Amino acid sequence: MTALLEVEDLKVAYGKIEAVKGISFSVEAGQVVTLIGTNGAGKTTTLRTLSGLLKPLSGKITFDGKPLTGVPAHKIVALGLAHSPEGRHIFPRLTIAENLQLGAFLRKDTAGIEKDIQRAYELFPILGERRKQAAGTLSGGEQQMLAMGRALMSQPKLLMLDEPSMGLSPIMMQKIMATIAELKAQGTTILLVEQNAQAALSLADQGHVMEVGKIVLSGTGQDLLHDESVRKAYLGED
Amino acid sequence: MNTLPQQLANGLLLGSMYGLIAIGYTMVYGIVQLINFAHGEIFMTGAFGALTVYFYILPDGTPMAVAVPLMLIGGGIVAILIAVGAERFAYRPLRGAPRLAPLITAIGLSLALQEVVRNFYPGADRARAFPGLDATHDLGSITIKDADIFLIVSAVVCMAALAYFVRKSRTGRAMQATAQDPDTAQLMGIDTNRIIVIAFAIGGFFAAVAAVAYGLKYGNVDYRMGFLMGLKAFTAAVLGGIGNIYGAMLGGLVLGIAETLASAYIDEIPGMQQLGGQSWANVWAFCLLIIVLLVRPQGLLGERVADRA
Ligand SMILES: Nc1ncnc2c1ncn2[C@@H]1O[C@H](COP(=O)(O)OP(=O)(O)OP(=O)(O)O)[C@@H](O)[C@H]1O
Ligand SMILES: [Mg+2]
Repeated sequence: MTALLEVEDLKVAYGKIEAVKGISFSVEAGQVVTLIGTNGAGKTTTLRTLSGLLKPLSGKITFDGKPLTGVPAHKIVALGLAHSPEGRHIFPRLTIAENLQLGAFLRKDTAGIEKDIQRAYELFPILGERRKQAAGTLSGGEQQMLAMGRALMSQPKLLMLDEPSMGLSPIMMQKIMATIAELKAQGTTILLVEQNAQAALSLADQGHVMEVGKIVLSGTGQDLLHDESVRKAYLGED
Repeated sequence: MNTLPQQLANGLLLGSMYGLIAIGYTMVYGIVQLINFAHGEIFMTGAFGALTVYFYILPDGTPMAVAVPLMLIGGGIVAILIAVGAERFAYRPLRGAPRLAPLITAIGLSLALQEVVRNFYPGADRARAFPGLDATHDLGSITIKDADIFLIVSAVVCMAALAYFVRKSRTGRAMQATAQDPDTAQLMGIDTNRIIVIAFAIGGFFAAVAAVAYGLKYGNVDYRMGFLMGLKAFTAAVLGGIGNIYGAMLGGLVLGIAETLASAYIDEIPGMQQLGGQSWANVWAFCLLIIVLLVRPQGLLGERVADRA
Protein backbone atom coordinates (compact mmCIF):
# COMPACT_ATOMS: atom_id res chain seq x y z
CA MET A 1 0.00 0.00 0.00
CA THR A 2 1.33 3.43 -0.90
CA ALA A 3 1.40 6.28 1.59
CA LEU A 4 -1.32 8.94 1.76
CA LEU A 5 1.27 11.67 1.30
CA GLU A 6 4.56 11.15 -0.46
CA VAL A 7 7.13 13.94 -0.68
CA GLU A 8 10.20 13.30 -2.83
CA ASP A 9 13.25 15.54 -3.04
CA LEU A 10 11.25 18.72 -2.49
CA LYS A 11 13.08 22.00 -3.00
CA VAL A 12 11.53 25.40 -2.31
CA ALA A 13 13.14 28.82 -2.63
CA TYR A 14 12.25 32.43 -1.88
CA GLY A 15 13.94 34.21 -4.74
CA LYS A 16 17.53 33.00 -4.64
CA ILE A 17 17.36 31.73 -1.07
CA GLU A 18 16.65 28.03 -0.91
CA ALA A 19 14.61 27.41 2.24
CA VAL A 20 13.91 23.71 1.64
CA LYS A 21 16.82 21.87 0.07
CA GLY A 22 15.54 18.52 -1.08
CA ILE A 23 13.54 16.68 1.56
CA SER A 24 11.68 13.39 1.30
CA PHE A 25 9.20 11.87 3.71
CA SER A 26 5.83 10.21 3.71
CA VAL A 27 2.70 10.01 5.83
CA GLU A 28 0.65 6.80 6.03
CA ALA A 29 -3.08 6.96 6.58
CA GLY A 30 -3.86 6.95 10.30
CA GLN A 31 -0.39 8.09 11.32
CA VAL A 32 0.74 11.16 13.17
CA VAL A 33 3.98 12.41 11.64
CA THR A 34 5.85 15.33 13.12
CA LEU A 35 8.43 17.73 11.71
CA ILE A 36 10.54 19.34 14.39
CA GLY A 37 13.46 21.70 14.11
CA THR A 38 14.88 25.05 15.02
CA ASN A 39 13.56 28.42 13.85
CA GLY A 40 14.00 28.91 10.16
CA ALA A 41 14.52 25.21 9.41
CA GLY A 42 11.92 25.28 6.65
CA LYS A 43 8.97 23.57 8.35
CA THR A 44 6.39 26.25 7.56
CA THR A 45 7.76 26.55 4.04
CA THR A 46 7.21 22.82 3.59
CA LEU A 47 3.60 22.94 4.75
CA ARG A 48 2.80 26.02 2.67
CA THR A 49 4.20 24.25 -0.36
CA LEU A 50 2.10 21.16 0.32
CA SER A 51 -1.06 23.26 0.44
CA GLY A 52 -0.16 25.10 -2.76
CA LEU A 53 0.52 28.56 -1.32
CA LEU A 54 4.15 28.28 -2.46
CA LYS A 55 5.39 26.77 -5.72
CA PRO A 56 8.23 24.29 -5.34
CA LEU A 57 11.45 24.67 -7.28
CA SER A 58 11.52 20.95 -7.92
CA GLY A 59 10.47 17.66 -6.44
CA LYS A 60 7.38 15.54 -6.34
CA ILE A 61 4.38 15.64 -4.04
CA THR A 62 1.83 12.85 -4.31
CA PHE A 63 -1.32 12.97 -2.23
CA ASP A 64 -3.85 10.18 -2.23
CA GLY A 65 -2.36 8.87 -5.46
CA LYS A 66 -2.51 12.23 -7.31
CA PRO A 67 0.31 14.68 -8.01
CA LEU A 68 -0.12 17.96 -6.12
CA THR A 69 2.51 20.02 -7.86
CA GLY A 70 0.92 22.68 -10.05
CA VAL A 71 -2.50 22.36 -8.43
CA PRO A 72 -3.65 25.83 -7.24
CA ALA A 73 -4.06 26.26 -3.48
CA HIS A 74 -7.83 26.63 -3.57
CA LYS A 75 -8.22 23.25 -5.24
CA ILE A 76 -6.05 21.33 -2.83
CA VAL A 77 -8.41 21.38 0.13
CA ALA A 78 -10.99 19.67 -2.08
CA LEU A 79 -8.58 16.73 -2.44
CA GLY A 80 -8.63 16.23 1.32
CA LEU A 81 -5.65 18.20 2.57
CA ALA A 82 -6.42 20.78 5.28
CA HIS A 83 -3.91 23.24 6.69
CA SER A 84 -4.11 25.06 10.01
CA PRO A 85 -1.47 27.72 9.41
CA GLU A 86 1.24 29.03 11.70
CA GLY A 87 -0.05 32.02 13.64
CA ARG A 88 -3.61 30.66 13.47
CA HIS A 89 -4.93 33.09 10.86
CA ILE A 90 -8.56 32.97 11.85
CA PHE A 91 -10.77 35.53 10.08
CA PRO A 92 -10.85 38.16 12.82
CA ARG A 93 -13.95 40.11 11.85
CA LEU A 94 -16.13 37.09 11.17
CA THR A 95 -17.83 35.22 13.98
CA ILE A 96 -16.68 31.86 15.25
CA ALA A 97 -19.62 30.16 13.55
CA GLU A 98 -18.80 31.91 10.26
CA ASN A 99 -15.15 30.87 10.54
CA LEU A 100 -16.20 27.26 10.97
CA GLN A 101 -18.59 27.52 8.03
CA LEU A 102 -15.75 28.82 5.87
CA GLY A 103 -13.80 25.69 6.75
CA ALA A 104 -16.59 23.80 5.00
CA PHE A 105 -16.67 26.24 2.06
CA LEU A 106 -16.58 23.55 -0.63
CA ARG A 107 -19.04 21.19 1.03
CA LYS A 108 -22.64 21.13 -0.11
CA ASP A 109 -24.21 18.90 2.57
CA THR A 110 -25.81 21.53 4.81
CA ALA A 111 -26.97 18.98 7.36
CA GLY A 112 -23.54 17.38 7.54
CA ILE A 113 -21.88 20.77 7.97
CA GLU A 114 -24.21 21.61 10.85
CA LYS A 115 -23.40 18.28 12.48
CA ASP A 116 -19.67 18.89 12.15
CA ILE A 117 -20.02 22.38 13.61
CA GLN A 118 -21.72 20.80 16.62
CA ARG A 119 -18.83 18.33 16.82
CA ALA A 120 -16.34 21.19 16.83
CA TYR A 121 -18.30 22.75 19.70
CA GLU A 122 -18.13 19.43 21.55
CA LEU A 123 -14.40 19.21 20.97
CA PHE A 124 -13.94 22.85 22.05
CA PRO A 125 -16.90 23.88 24.23
CA ILE A 126 -15.64 27.46 24.54
CA LEU A 127 -16.20 27.94 20.80
CA GLY A 128 -19.83 26.92 21.20
CA GLU A 129 -20.35 29.41 24.01
CA ARG A 130 -18.88 32.22 21.93
CA ARG A 131 -20.24 31.22 18.51
CA LYS A 132 -21.66 34.68 17.71
CA GLN A 133 -18.55 36.55 18.80
CA ALA A 134 -16.01 38.04 16.37
CA ALA A 135 -13.11 35.60 16.18
CA GLY A 136 -10.56 38.38 16.62
CA THR A 137 -11.75 38.87 20.19
CA LEU A 138 -10.76 35.31 21.21
CA SER A 139 -7.63 34.63 23.25
CA GLY A 140 -4.64 33.06 21.51
CA GLY A 141 -5.47 29.57 22.72
CA GLU A 142 -9.10 29.91 21.75
CA GLN A 143 -8.06 31.13 18.30
CA GLN A 144 -5.90 28.04 17.98
CA MET A 145 -8.87 25.85 18.80
CA LEU A 146 -10.88 27.69 16.18
CA ALA A 147 -8.14 27.27 13.58
CA MET A 148 -8.03 23.53 14.25
CA GLY A 149 -11.81 23.24 14.29
CA ARG A 150 -12.00 25.17 11.02
CA ALA A 151 -9.43 22.89 9.36
CA LEU A 152 -11.41 19.83 10.47
CA MET A 153 -14.59 21.23 8.88
CA SER A 154 -13.39 20.18 5.43
CA GLN A 155 -13.36 16.52 6.59
CA PRO A 156 -9.73 16.19 5.58
CA LYS A 157 -7.90 12.97 4.85
CA LEU A 158 -4.79 14.70 6.18
CA LEU A 159 -4.71 17.51 8.72
CA MET A 160 -1.61 19.71 8.75
CA LEU A 161 -1.03 21.69 11.94
CA ASP A 162 1.71 24.33 12.02
CA GLU A 163 2.84 25.05 15.59
CA PRO A 164 -0.51 24.69 17.30
CA SER A 165 1.10 25.33 20.69
CA MET A 166 2.92 28.50 19.71
CA GLY A 167 2.59 31.29 22.27
CA LEU A 168 0.23 29.37 24.53
CA SER A 169 0.35 29.01 28.29
CA PRO A 170 1.43 25.56 29.56
CA ILE A 171 -2.15 24.70 30.47
CA MET A 172 -3.49 25.76 27.09
CA MET A 173 -0.68 23.87 25.40
CA GLN A 174 -1.60 20.69 27.27
CA LYS A 175 -5.19 21.13 26.23
CA ILE A 176 -4.25 21.48 22.56
CA MET A 177 -1.93 18.48 22.73
CA ALA A 178 -4.63 16.42 24.42
CA THR A 179 -6.97 17.34 21.59
CA ILE A 180 -4.44 16.23 19.01
CA ALA A 181 -4.12 12.93 20.86
CA GLU A 182 -7.90 12.62 20.81
CA LEU A 183 -8.00 13.29 17.06
CA LYS A 184 -5.31 10.66 16.60
CA ALA A 185 -7.34 8.16 18.60
CA GLN A 186 -10.30 8.86 16.30
CA GLY A 187 -8.09 7.88 13.36
CA THR A 188 -7.29 11.34 11.94
CA THR A 189 -4.08 11.44 9.93
CA ILE A 190 -1.96 14.38 11.06
CA LEU A 191 1.21 16.11 9.91
CA LEU A 192 2.31 18.13 12.92
CA VAL A 193 4.94 20.87 12.96
CA GLU A 194 6.04 21.76 16.46
CA GLN A 195 8.68 23.59 18.44
CA ASN A 196 7.57 21.67 21.50
CA ALA A 197 9.52 18.57 20.51
CA GLN A 198 8.78 16.64 23.69
CA ALA A 199 5.02 16.85 23.25
CA ALA A 200 5.11 16.29 19.51
CA LEU A 201 7.41 13.26 19.62
CA SER A 202 5.43 11.64 22.41
CA LEU A 203 2.38 11.69 20.15
CA ALA A 204 4.00 10.89 16.85
CA ASP A 205 4.35 7.59 15.03
CA GLN A 206 7.11 9.07 12.90
CA GLY A 207 9.29 12.12 13.40
CA HIS A 208 11.72 14.05 11.22
CA VAL A 209 14.22 16.59 12.46
CA MET A 210 14.82 19.50 10.08
CA GLU A 211 17.83 21.77 10.09
CA VAL A 212 18.42 24.57 7.58
CA GLY A 213 16.24 23.08 4.89
CA LYS A 214 17.21 19.43 5.26
CA ILE A 215 15.93 16.45 7.17
CA VAL A 216 18.90 15.43 9.31
CA LEU A 217 17.32 12.67 11.37
CA SER A 218 14.25 10.46 11.07
CA GLY A 219 12.74 7.76 13.22
CA THR A 220 9.75 6.74 15.26
CA GLY A 221 8.59 9.24 17.82
CA GLN A 222 9.94 7.08 20.64
CA ASP A 223 13.34 6.59 18.95
CA LEU A 224 13.81 10.32 18.51
CA LEU A 225 12.60 11.03 22.02
CA HIS A 226 15.44 8.88 23.28
CA ASP A 227 18.03 9.97 20.78
CA GLU A 228 21.06 11.61 22.34
CA SER A 229 21.42 14.47 19.85
CA VAL A 230 17.71 15.24 19.84
CA ARG A 231 17.66 15.36 23.61
CA LYS A 232 20.56 17.76 23.57
CA ALA A 233 19.32 20.05 20.82
CA TYR A 234 15.57 20.07 21.32
CA LEU A 235 14.70 18.83 24.75
CA GLY A 236 17.00 21.14 26.63
CA GLU A 237 19.23 18.49 28.15
CA ASP A 238 22.96 18.36 28.34
CA MET B 1 -35.01 80.07 -4.89
CA ASN B 2 -32.45 77.96 -3.16
CA THR B 3 -33.67 77.05 0.29
CA LEU B 4 -31.83 74.93 2.83
CA PRO B 5 -34.02 71.84 2.22
CA GLN B 6 -33.34 72.19 -1.51
CA GLN B 7 -29.61 72.45 -0.88
CA LEU B 8 -29.68 69.42 1.36
CA ALA B 9 -31.51 67.48 -1.31
CA ASN B 10 -28.97 68.58 -3.92
CA GLY B 11 -26.17 67.48 -1.62
CA LEU B 12 -27.78 64.13 -0.99
CA LEU B 13 -28.16 63.53 -4.71
CA LEU B 14 -24.61 64.48 -5.54
CA GLY B 15 -23.45 62.41 -2.60
CA SER B 16 -25.34 59.33 -3.79
CA MET B 17 -23.50 59.61 -7.08
CA TYR B 18 -20.14 59.87 -5.31
CA GLY B 19 -21.10 56.94 -3.12
CA LEU B 20 -21.98 54.68 -6.04
CA ILE B 21 -18.62 55.37 -7.66
CA ALA B 22 -16.78 55.12 -4.34
CA ILE B 23 -17.92 51.50 -3.96
CA GLY B 24 -15.57 50.57 -6.79
CA TYR B 25 -12.54 52.11 -5.09
CA THR B 26 -13.35 50.69 -1.72
CA MET B 27 -14.15 47.12 -2.73
CA VAL B 28 -11.01 46.77 -4.80
CA TYR B 29 -8.89 48.35 -2.10
CA GLY B 30 -10.47 46.19 0.59
CA ILE B 31 -9.56 43.02 -1.26
CA VAL B 32 -6.26 43.71 -3.04
CA GLN B 33 -5.02 46.92 -1.33
CA LEU B 34 -4.87 48.56 -4.73
CA ILE B 35 -6.17 52.02 -5.59
CA ASN B 36 -7.63 51.69 -9.03
CA PHE B 37 -7.07 55.24 -10.19
CA ALA B 38 -8.56 54.33 -13.56
CA HIS B 39 -11.95 53.86 -11.90
CA GLY B 40 -13.06 57.40 -12.82
CA GLU B 41 -12.50 56.50 -16.46
CA ILE B 42 -14.44 53.27 -16.01
CA PHE B 43 -17.30 55.52 -14.89
CA MET B 44 -16.79 57.61 -18.02
CA THR B 45 -16.83 54.60 -20.36
CA GLY B 46 -20.03 53.45 -18.66
CA ALA B 47 -21.62 56.74 -19.70
CA PHE B 48 -20.50 56.26 -23.30
CA GLY B 49 -21.72 52.66 -23.28
CA ALA B 50 -25.16 53.89 -22.27
CA LEU B 51 -25.01 56.69 -24.84
CA THR B 52 -24.20 54.16 -27.54
CA VAL B 53 -27.26 52.12 -26.67
CA TYR B 54 -29.44 55.21 -26.84
CA PHE B 55 -28.16 56.78 -30.06
CA TYR B 56 -26.84 53.88 -32.09
CA ILE B 57 -28.81 50.81 -31.05
CA LEU B 58 -32.29 51.83 -30.01
CA PRO B 59 -34.67 53.20 -32.66
CA ASP B 60 -35.45 56.91 -32.47
CA GLY B 61 -38.30 57.78 -30.20
CA THR B 62 -37.88 54.81 -27.84
CA PRO B 63 -39.68 55.80 -24.66
CA MET B 64 -37.29 56.57 -21.80
CA ALA B 65 -38.97 53.99 -19.58
CA VAL B 66 -37.69 51.35 -22.01
CA ALA B 67 -34.45 53.08 -22.93
CA VAL B 68 -33.08 53.68 -19.43
CA PRO B 69 -32.96 50.02 -18.34
CA LEU B 70 -31.31 49.08 -21.64
CA MET B 71 -28.84 51.94 -21.25
CA LEU B 72 -28.01 50.64 -17.78
CA ILE B 73 -27.33 47.22 -19.23
CA GLY B 74 -25.21 48.61 -22.06
CA GLY B 75 -23.26 50.96 -19.83
CA GLY B 76 -22.90 48.23 -17.25
CA ILE B 77 -21.50 45.74 -19.75
CA VAL B 78 -18.94 48.22 -21.06
CA ALA B 79 -17.83 49.31 -17.58
CA ILE B 80 -17.63 45.72 -16.31
CA LEU B 81 -15.62 44.58 -19.33
CA ILE B 82 -13.15 47.42 -18.92
CA ALA B 83 -12.88 46.98 -15.16
CA VAL B 84 -12.37 43.23 -15.41
CA GLY B 85 -10.01 43.64 -18.36
CA ALA B 86 -7.93 46.14 -16.38
CA GLU B 87 -7.69 43.66 -13.51
CA ARG B 88 -6.79 40.75 -15.72
CA PHE B 89 -4.29 42.38 -18.05
CA ALA B 90 -2.98 45.44 -16.18
CA TYR B 91 -3.13 44.78 -12.45
CA ARG B 92 -2.90 41.00 -12.05
CA PRO B 93 0.51 40.72 -13.71
CA LEU B 94 1.74 43.34 -11.23
CA ARG B 95 0.62 41.59 -8.07
CA GLY B 96 3.57 41.43 -5.75
CA ALA B 97 5.34 44.23 -7.62
CA PRO B 98 6.24 47.41 -5.70
CA ARG B 99 3.15 49.53 -5.03
CA LEU B 100 4.25 52.26 -7.37
CA ALA B 101 3.93 49.95 -10.38
CA PRO B 102 0.15 49.41 -10.31
CA LEU B 103 -0.32 53.09 -9.44
CA ILE B 104 1.55 54.24 -12.53
CA THR B 105 -0.26 51.61 -14.57
CA ALA B 106 -3.58 53.00 -13.34
CA ILE B 107 -2.66 56.52 -14.37
CA GLY B 108 -1.54 55.27 -17.77
CA LEU B 109 -4.76 53.35 -18.18
CA SER B 110 -6.78 56.47 -17.28
CA LEU B 111 -5.06 58.52 -19.94
CA ALA B 112 -5.38 55.74 -22.48
CA LEU B 113 -9.12 55.37 -21.89
CA GLN B 114 -9.65 59.12 -22.11
CA GLU B 115 -7.72 59.38 -25.35
CA VAL B 116 -9.41 56.37 -26.93
CA VAL B 117 -12.83 57.86 -26.23
CA ARG B 118 -11.77 61.34 -27.31
CA ASN B 119 -10.28 60.15 -30.59
CA PHE B 120 -12.62 57.38 -31.60
CA TYR B 121 -16.05 58.13 -30.16
CA PRO B 122 -17.95 60.40 -32.52
CA GLY B 123 -18.22 63.89 -31.07
CA ALA B 124 -16.74 62.93 -27.71
CA ASP B 125 -14.04 65.57 -27.77
CA ARG B 126 -16.71 68.10 -26.85
CA ALA B 127 -19.62 67.57 -24.50
CA ARG B 128 -22.06 65.15 -26.08
CA ALA B 129 -25.77 65.50 -25.43
CA PHE B 130 -27.19 62.74 -23.28
CA PRO B 131 -30.95 62.15 -23.11
CA GLY B 132 -32.33 63.85 -20.04
CA LEU B 133 -35.10 63.00 -17.61
CA ASP B 134 -36.12 66.55 -16.95
CA ALA B 135 -39.74 66.43 -15.80
CA THR B 136 -39.85 68.17 -12.42
CA HIS B 137 -41.86 67.51 -9.27
CA ASP B 138 -42.61 70.00 -6.53
CA LEU B 139 -42.39 68.50 -3.08
CA GLY B 140 -43.15 71.46 -0.88
CA SER B 141 -39.92 73.38 -0.52
CA ILE B 142 -37.97 70.96 -2.75
CA THR B 143 -38.08 70.58 -6.50
CA ILE B 144 -36.60 67.43 -8.01
CA LYS B 145 -36.32 66.00 -11.51
CA ASP B 146 -37.09 62.49 -12.73
CA ALA B 147 -33.34 62.03 -13.11
CA ASP B 148 -32.97 62.68 -9.37
CA ILE B 149 -35.57 60.07 -8.56
CA PHE B 150 -33.73 57.61 -10.79
CA LEU B 151 -30.48 58.41 -9.00
CA ILE B 152 -31.76 58.05 -5.46
CA VAL B 153 -33.76 54.90 -6.17
CA SER B 154 -30.89 53.19 -7.94
CA ALA B 155 -28.42 54.16 -5.20
CA VAL B 156 -30.68 52.71 -2.51
CA VAL B 157 -31.38 49.53 -4.48
CA CYS B 158 -27.70 49.01 -5.36
CA MET B 159 -26.53 49.53 -1.79
CA ALA B 160 -29.17 47.28 -0.27
CA ALA B 161 -28.41 44.55 -2.80
CA LEU B 162 -24.68 44.85 -2.17
CA ALA B 163 -25.08 44.73 1.61
CA TYR B 164 -27.25 41.64 1.30
CA PHE B 165 -24.85 39.99 -1.14
CA VAL B 166 -21.77 40.57 1.02
CA ARG B 167 -23.36 39.48 4.29
CA LYS B 168 -25.60 36.65 3.23
CA SER B 169 -24.38 34.99 0.06
CA ARG B 170 -21.70 32.34 -0.10
CA THR B 171 -19.66 34.44 -2.51
CA GLY B 172 -20.07 37.47 -0.26
CA ARG B 173 -18.73 35.50 2.68
CA ALA B 174 -15.81 34.39 0.53
CA MET B 175 -15.24 38.02 -0.33
CA GLN B 176 -15.04 39.00 3.34
CA ALA B 177 -12.63 36.15 4.00
CA THR B 178 -10.44 37.16 1.05
CA ALA B 179 -10.36 40.78 2.26
CA GLN B 180 -9.33 39.71 5.76
CA ASP B 181 -6.73 37.09 4.87
CA PRO B 182 -6.24 36.11 1.22
CA ASP B 183 -3.82 33.21 1.77
CA THR B 184 -5.98 31.60 4.39
CA ALA B 185 -9.03 32.14 2.19
CA GLN B 186 -7.33 29.95 -0.42
CA LEU B 187 -6.79 27.28 2.23
CA MET B 188 -10.57 27.23 2.66
CA GLY B 189 -10.95 26.44 -1.04
CA ILE B 190 -11.82 29.98 -2.11
CA ASP B 191 -10.65 30.94 -5.60
CA THR B 192 -9.40 34.39 -4.64
CA ASN B 193 -8.73 35.41 -8.24
CA ARG B 194 -12.40 34.91 -8.98
CA ILE B 195 -13.32 36.99 -5.93
CA ILE B 196 -11.07 39.81 -7.12
CA VAL B 197 -12.71 39.74 -10.55
CA ILE B 198 -16.14 39.92 -8.93
CA ALA B 199 -15.07 42.96 -6.87
CA PHE B 200 -13.88 44.76 -10.00
CA ALA B 201 -17.11 43.83 -11.81
CA ILE B 202 -19.37 45.11 -9.03
CA GLY B 203 -17.37 48.34 -8.89
CA GLY B 204 -17.66 48.72 -12.66
CA PHE B 205 -21.40 48.14 -12.65
CA PHE B 206 -22.00 50.63 -9.83
CA ALA B 207 -19.91 53.20 -11.68
CA ALA B 208 -22.05 52.64 -14.78
CA VAL B 209 -25.23 53.18 -12.77
CA ALA B 210 -23.77 56.46 -11.50
CA ALA B 211 -22.75 57.37 -15.03
CA VAL B 212 -26.25 56.87 -16.42
CA ALA B 213 -27.63 58.94 -13.55
CA TYR B 214 -25.04 61.63 -14.29
CA GLY B 215 -26.02 61.79 -17.96
CA LEU B 216 -29.75 61.85 -17.25
CA LYS B 217 -29.26 64.58 -14.63
CA TYR B 218 -26.80 66.90 -16.35
CA GLY B 219 -27.77 66.18 -19.96
CA ASN B 220 -24.30 65.77 -21.38
CA VAL B 221 -21.16 63.68 -21.04
CA ASP B 222 -17.58 64.06 -22.21
CA TYR B 223 -14.31 62.16 -22.16
CA ARG B 224 -13.01 64.07 -19.14
CA MET B 225 -16.03 63.61 -16.89
CA GLY B 226 -14.34 60.74 -15.01
CA PHE B 227 -11.43 62.75 -13.73
CA LEU B 228 -13.09 65.01 -11.20
CA MET B 229 -15.91 62.61 -10.38
CA GLY B 230 -13.36 59.85 -9.82
CA LEU B 231 -11.26 62.06 -7.60
CA LYS B 232 -14.28 63.07 -5.54
CA ALA B 233 -15.50 59.51 -5.24
CA PHE B 234 -12.02 58.42 -4.16
CA THR B 235 -12.13 61.20 -1.57
CA ALA B 236 -15.50 59.89 -0.42
CA ALA B 237 -14.10 56.37 -0.08
CA VAL B 238 -11.18 57.59 2.02
CA LEU B 239 -13.44 59.88 4.05
CA GLY B 240 -15.75 56.98 4.88
CA GLY B 241 -12.89 54.58 5.61
CA ILE B 242 -11.47 52.86 2.56
CA GLY B 243 -12.26 49.16 2.45
CA ASN B 244 -15.65 49.63 4.08
CA ILE B 245 -18.66 49.60 1.73
CA TYR B 246 -20.94 51.47 4.13
CA GLY B 247 -18.15 53.97 4.64
CA ALA B 248 -18.05 54.62 0.90
CA MET B 249 -21.72 55.49 0.80
CA LEU B 250 -21.57 57.55 3.98
CA GLY B 251 -18.43 59.32 2.80
CA GLY B 252 -20.18 60.11 -0.49
CA LEU B 253 -23.20 61.58 1.25
CA VAL B 254 -21.12 63.62 3.71
CA LEU B 255 -18.96 64.95 0.91
CA GLY B 256 -21.88 65.76 -1.37
CA ILE B 257 -23.80 67.59 1.33
CA ALA B 258 -20.77 69.46 2.69
CA GLU B 259 -19.71 70.55 -0.76
CA THR B 260 -23.19 71.70 -1.73
CA LEU B 261 -23.77 73.61 1.50
CA ALA B 262 -20.34 75.21 1.35
CA SER B 263 -20.80 76.49 -2.16
CA ALA B 264 -24.28 77.80 -1.32
CA TYR B 265 -23.70 79.46 2.03
CA ILE B 266 -20.04 80.14 2.70
CA ASP B 267 -20.20 83.48 0.91
CA GLU B 268 -22.76 84.65 3.45
CA ILE B 269 -20.11 84.53 6.17
CA PRO B 270 -18.66 88.04 6.54
CA GLY B 271 -15.24 88.25 4.94
CA MET B 272 -15.71 85.12 2.86
CA GLN B 273 -17.76 86.63 0.06
CA GLN B 274 -15.27 85.54 -2.56
CA LEU B 275 -15.09 81.92 -1.37
CA GLY B 276 -18.58 80.73 -2.26
CA GLY B 277 -20.04 79.30 -5.41
CA GLN B 278 -19.32 76.25 -7.48
CA SER B 279 -15.74 77.18 -8.26
CA TRP B 280 -14.76 76.84 -4.59
CA ALA B 281 -16.76 73.67 -3.96
CA ASN B 282 -13.83 71.40 -4.74
CA VAL B 283 -11.60 73.28 -2.35
CA TRP B 284 -14.08 72.77 0.49
CA ALA B 285 -14.48 69.11 -0.41
CA PHE B 286 -10.75 68.46 -0.06
CA CYS B 287 -10.52 70.61 3.08
CA LEU B 288 -13.14 68.37 4.63
CA LEU B 289 -11.08 65.32 3.69
CA ILE B 290 -7.98 66.77 5.31
CA ILE B 291 -9.82 67.69 8.51
CA VAL B 292 -11.45 64.27 8.85
CA LEU B 293 -8.16 62.49 8.23
CA LEU B 294 -6.41 64.60 10.85
CA VAL B 295 -8.98 63.63 13.46
CA ARG B 296 -9.70 60.08 12.26
CA PRO B 297 -6.95 58.83 9.96
CA GLN B 298 -8.84 55.59 9.34
CA GLY B 299 -11.86 57.52 8.00
CA LEU B 300 -15.37 57.69 9.43
CA LEU B 301 -16.14 53.96 9.48
CA GLY B 302 -12.67 52.55 8.86
CA GLU B 303 -11.02 50.17 11.24
CA ARG B 304 -7.70 51.01 12.72
CA VAL B 305 -5.02 48.80 11.26
CA ALA B 306 -4.22 47.52 14.74
CA ASP B 307 -7.68 45.99 14.95
CA ARG B 308 -7.00 43.89 11.93
CA ALA B 309 -4.04 41.85 13.14
N1 LIG C 1 8.34 35.17 2.65
C1 LIG C 1 9.65 34.88 2.80
N2 LIG C 1 10.57 35.51 2.05
C2 LIG C 1 11.89 35.22 2.17
N3 LIG C 1 12.38 34.30 3.00
C3 LIG C 1 11.52 33.62 3.77
C4 LIG C 1 10.10 33.88 3.71
N4 LIG C 1 9.50 33.06 4.59
C5 LIG C 1 10.47 32.33 5.17
N5 LIG C 1 11.69 32.66 4.69
C6 LIG C 1 12.97 32.06 5.07
O1 LIG C 1 12.93 30.68 4.80
C7 LIG C 1 13.55 29.95 5.83
C8 LIG C 1 12.60 28.90 6.37
O2 LIG C 1 11.51 29.56 7.02
P1 LIG C 1 10.28 28.77 7.64
O3 LIG C 1 9.28 29.77 8.04
O4 LIG C 1 9.87 27.70 6.72
O5 LIG C 1 10.94 28.12 8.93
P2 LIG C 1 10.27 27.33 10.12
O6 LIG C 1 10.99 26.05 10.22
O7 LIG C 1 8.81 27.28 9.96
O8 LIG C 1 10.66 28.25 11.36
P3 LIG C 1 9.84 28.60 12.68
O9 LIG C 1 10.06 27.45 13.59
O10 LIG C 1 10.50 29.82 13.20
O11 LIG C 1 8.43 28.81 12.32
C9 LIG C 1 13.99 30.97 6.85
O12 LIG C 1 15.35 31.21 6.65
C10 LIG C 1 13.18 32.19 6.55
O13 LIG C 1 13.89 33.36 6.86
MG1 LIG D 1 7.27 28.03 11.02
